[in-house]
Amino acid sequence: MSAFNAIGEEREIDRDEYTPGVEPQPTWCPGCGDFGVLKSLKQALPEVGKTPEEVLTVTGIGCSGKLNSYLDTYGFHTIHGRSLPVARAAKLANPELEVIAAGGDGDGYGIGGNHFIHTARENHDITYIVFNNEIFGLTKGQTSPTSPKGHKSKTQPSGSAKTPLRPLSTSLNAGASYIARTAAVNPNQAKEIIKEAIEHDGFAHVDFLTQCPTWNKDARQYVPYIDVQESDDYDFDVHDRAEAAEMMRETEDVLNEGTVLTGRYYVEDDRPSYSQEKHAVGEMPDQPLAERYFDDDAEWERSYDLLDRHK
Amino acid sequence: MSDELIWRIAGGSGDGIDSTSQNFAKALMRSGLDVFTHRHYPSRIRGGHTYVEIRAADREVQSRGDGYNCLLSLGDSFARNPQEEAYYGNEEIKPLSENLDELREGGVIVYDEGLISEEDVEAVNLHERAEENDWHVFPVDLRGLAKEHGREVMRNTAGVGVTAALLDMELEHIEDLMSDAMGGDILESNLEILHEAYEMTQEEYDFEHDLRVPEGSHETEQALLSGSNAIAYGAIDAGCRFIAGYPMTPWTDVFTILSQNFPDMGGVSEQVEDEIAAAALAVGASHAGVKAMSGSSGGGFALMSEPLGLAEMTETPLVLVESMRAGPSTGMPTKPEQADLEHVLYTSQGDSQRVVFAPGNIEEAYEQTRLAFEIAWDYQIPAIVIYDQKLSGENTNVDVEFFDREPQPDLGSTLTEEELREAAHDNSGKFKRFNHEDAENGVAPRSIPGQKGGRYLATGNEHSPVGHISEDPDNRVAQMERRLEKLESIRAELDEERDSTQTYFGPEDAEYGIITWGSSQGAVAEAIERLNAQGHSVKGISVSDMMPFAEKEVTEFLESVDEAMVVEMNATAQFRGLIQKELGRFGDKMTSLLKFNGNPFEPAEIVEGYEVNLADEDRQPTAQVRIEPAAGD
Repeated sequence: MSAFNAIGEEREIDRDEYTPGVEPQPTWCPGCGDFGVLKSLKQALPEVGKTPEEVLTVTGIGCSGKLNSYLDTYGFHTIHGRSLPVARAAKLANPELEVIAAGGDGDGYGIGGNHFIHTARENHDITYIVFNNEIFGLTKGQTSPTSPKGHKSKTQPSGSAKTPLRPLSTSLNAGASYIARTAAVNPNQAKEIIKEAIEHDGFAHVDFLTQCPTWNKDARQYVPYIDVQESDDYDFDVHDRAEAAEMMRETEDVLNEGTVLTGRYYVEDDRPSYSQEKHAVGEMPDQPLAERYFDDDAEWERSYDLLDRHK
Repeated sequence: MSDELIWRIAGGSGDGIDSTSQNFAKALMRSGLDVFTHRHYPSRIRGGHTYVEIRAADREVQSRGDGYNCLLSLGDSFARNPQEEAYYGNEEIKPLSENLDELREGGVIVYDEGLISEEDVEAVNLHERAEENDWHVFPVDLRGLAKEHGREVMRNTAGVGVTAALLDMELEHIEDLMSDAMGGDILESNLEILHEAYEMTQEEYDFEHDLRVPEGSHETEQALLSGSNAIAYGAIDAGCRFIAGYPMTPWTDVFTILSQNFPDMGGVSEQVEDEIAAAALAVGASHAGVKAMSGSSGGGFALMSEPLGLAEMTETPLVLVESMRAGPSTGMPTKPEQADLEHVLYTSQGDSQRVVFAPGNIEEAYEQTRLAFEIAWDYQIPAIVIYDQKLSGENTNVDVEFFDREPQPDLGSTLTEEELREAAHDNSGKFKRFNHEDAENGVAPRSIPGQKGGRYLATGNEHSPVGHISEDPDNRVAQMERRLEKLESIRAELDEERDSTQTYFGPEDAEYGIITWGSSQGAVAEAIERLNAQGHSVKGISVSDMMPFAEKEVTEFLESVDEAMVVEMNATAQFRGLIQKELGRFGDKMTSLLKFNGNPFEPAEIVEGYEVNLADEDRQPTAQVRIEPAAGD
C-alpha cells in the first residue's frame, strides 16, 4: 500500500526494481563489505512486499552513506551522524512510509551517538543498519568508536587507548526493541535479519559487520562466524532481556579475539512503538499527517479560534 | 487626568507577578485602552527581582515609555530567611528599592508592609525621596489582608484592589477575568479580598494624587498577544503542523504554544535531544510532506547551522525561528539583544543562502511568519524569522479582525502524482527533481516520498538532476546558478507583487532619518513622534527584510535624508554593517546608536542620542547607550 496511491493489487516485486537503471556504479572498493548490505536489502525489500516508492532510505556520511545512491528507493543522504533524526521525523510525518536509516560506525556510534541512544529509547518504528567495519573508511583509515583497543592509525599512532564501544549492549540499555548482528560474509542470515528488522514494529537495530579491505587489513574479516541461533553452544531466549544482555556481553568481549558471533540478540514484540505510545497519549493524529496536504477535503483549523483566551 | 497609566507590579519570581499583570492588562484593554506590557525577570525559578510594566493609554502605545507612574510592590516572598551571605543575599526589599529610580515625579507607590518592614523602608530613604519627587506612598498590609480572607499568596489580589481604588478604576473587568480563571472557594476568597482592599482604600485614604486610569475608546474587540503568540499563530495559519525543538529561553514560548495546540489540530510536536536533532527532524518531516518548523535562541541556533545547510542543498523547505538574547555564549538568558543578526545571516558552510525576516511588532510577527512559510515552500529554501526576548515576551493589543485570515496549507512547488507523470524523468525512470533545464525562478518542483513516479535522491552533496552525487563541473555550475537565482526571484516578488514589509514613520520630506530593525521599532516610532512634536524634521524606517535585503527601500530612504542614525541593540553595529555591505555606500551618512546592557531602548534614549548626534558634540549620551561615528564607505 502506497502512502498516496494504493496499488490495489498484489504483484511480484522484482529485485531489479531496486537497482538504478543507469549510473552510478558503486564507488566502494573491491571486496568491501558494504556490497553485502546493499545485496541483502535488495533481496529483503521485495520479500517484505515493499515497492521502491514506499521506501525511504536515509543515510549519513561515509562509505555507508552512499547506500541509497545504489538502491533505487526514495532516498535522503543527510549529513554526518544525522540520519536518525531525519528518518524518525519522516516516519512521524508519514507512518505509511517504510523508513530505513543507515550509517557507519563512526557516523552512527560516534558523531551520531546521541541520536542513536534517543531514537532507541523512544523506540521509533524504523530500521537502523549500522555498517560496522571498525574503521573510518572514507576519511582514510582513522580509529573509530568500535576499533579495538590498541588499534594503530594515523591519528592514534601509538595505538588507541580507548575501549571500544559495545553497540549491542548500548542499544539494549537505550531501549531498542529489536537488536541483531549480522555480517556481510553471511548473506543468507543477513537477508533474513533485515527482513525481520523491517517487519518489526519498533526500533530495529542491526549491527552489520562489514569488512574494510583497504583500511582495516589487519582486522579479521569476520570469518569464521558462528550463528548464535544455530549453534548448540549458545542457548538463550531472545525475548529475555537479562539473557540477551549476557549474550551481548560475551559476544562483545570476544569479538576482538577472533570469534565472531552473529544472529538475533533481543526481540521485544509486545512493546508499543513510539508512534503508538504517542497516539495513546493523544499526540499523534489518526491519519498520516502528510496525506492531509493532498486531501482537498481536509479541514484546516486556524488561529482565530485560539484568540478567545486573549480577549 | 493623566493621559497614560504605566503600572508596575514588582515582586519575586514565583510570586504570581505574571498572571496578575496579565489580568490587569486585559482589564485595561477591555475598558477600551491600548496596552503594552514589558517584562523584566531574572534567570531564576523562585525569588529574585522581577517586575511587569503595563502601559495603557487612549492611543497607540508602541513601547514601554520612559519610566512609570504607579508601583505595586509586593515584596519578594521567596527571599525570606536567607542564609547569611548566601548566593542570593537578602532581596526581600528589592521589589521596592530597585524600582524607585524610574518612578516619575508625582507617582503612586503601594507596598506590602506585611513583607517589607518600616526599618527596611527607612534604609532606602523612601520618605525623603518621596518628598523630593512628590510621590504618594501607601503602605498596606496586603499579606495580612490576604491571610485574613483566604491565603497568603492572594496578596496580589489585595494589591490589585488597592491600586484599582487609588486609580479610580472599575472592578468589573477584573472580576470577570478572575471568574474565567478560577472557581469555587479560591474565586470566592479572591473576590472577597479584592472588594475588601478596594473599599478599605476608598474609606481610609486621601487621594491627593491626580493619577487616574484614562478613559478608553476602542470600538472593536481586541486581543492581548505576545510576539511568541503571534509567531505561533502565524505558523498555524500557514499550515505548519510539525514542530521539533529543545527548550531554550526565550524561544521556548513558541515551542510551548504550538506543543499545546497541535494535538487538537492533528499536528505533531517533538521535544528532542538537542538542537541539531530538532532542526534535522523539521527537515525530515518537511521532506516527507509536512509543513514543519524548528527554532531556538542564539546558542541552540548555533547547533542548527548543519541542518540549515542541508535544507538549502537538498532544497527542503524549512522555517526556523531565532529568538535572540544577550550573548556571547550563554550571555544573559532573560535579557534581549539584537546581536545574532550576522550569526543568522551567514552561519553554515559554503555559498549557502536563506531568507531572513525580522518582524518589529506583533502584527509583523504574525504576517512575516506566514510569509516565511509561503516563501520557504514556494522556493524550497530555508526561511528564518529572527526576533528577540523583548518582542517574544511583550504583550500588546491587536484588533481581533486582524487574525481573520484563511489557513494556507499549500505545499508550494510540490507536484501531485498527476503532475509527476508529465514531469521529466531520466532513462531509468527516476524523477528529475533537481532539473535545471527549465526551472522557473530557480525552483525545480519536488515530489514527496510515497508518491508514484517521484523517486529521487535528496543529498547534501552536490548532485545531478535526479540527485546522484556529482562533481561534474558543468552540473555544479548549473545547480549553483539555479539555487542562487532563488534569492533574486524572492527579492523581485517582494518588491513587485507584495506590500512592503518595511514600516515607515514620520513625514516623508523629513531631513533626518532613523533606521532600525526588529523590536526596537516601537521605541523609535515614539521617539520620532516626540522629535517632530518638538519641531525637528525626522522620519524613520524599520527594516524587516534582512535577506534578501530591502535594497530598494533602504536606498530610497537614505538618499532622501541628509543624515541618518541606525538604532539597534548590540555593540558592533551589525545592522549598519549589513546596510553598508549590501548597498556599498552611505557609509559617511550613518552613525549608530547602540545599547547592549540587557534592557531595550526607551524612547527618551533615542531622543537624547539624536540630540547628541545633531549637536555634533564630542560626548556620549547619559543613558547606557553608545554612539559610533560614521565609518565612511
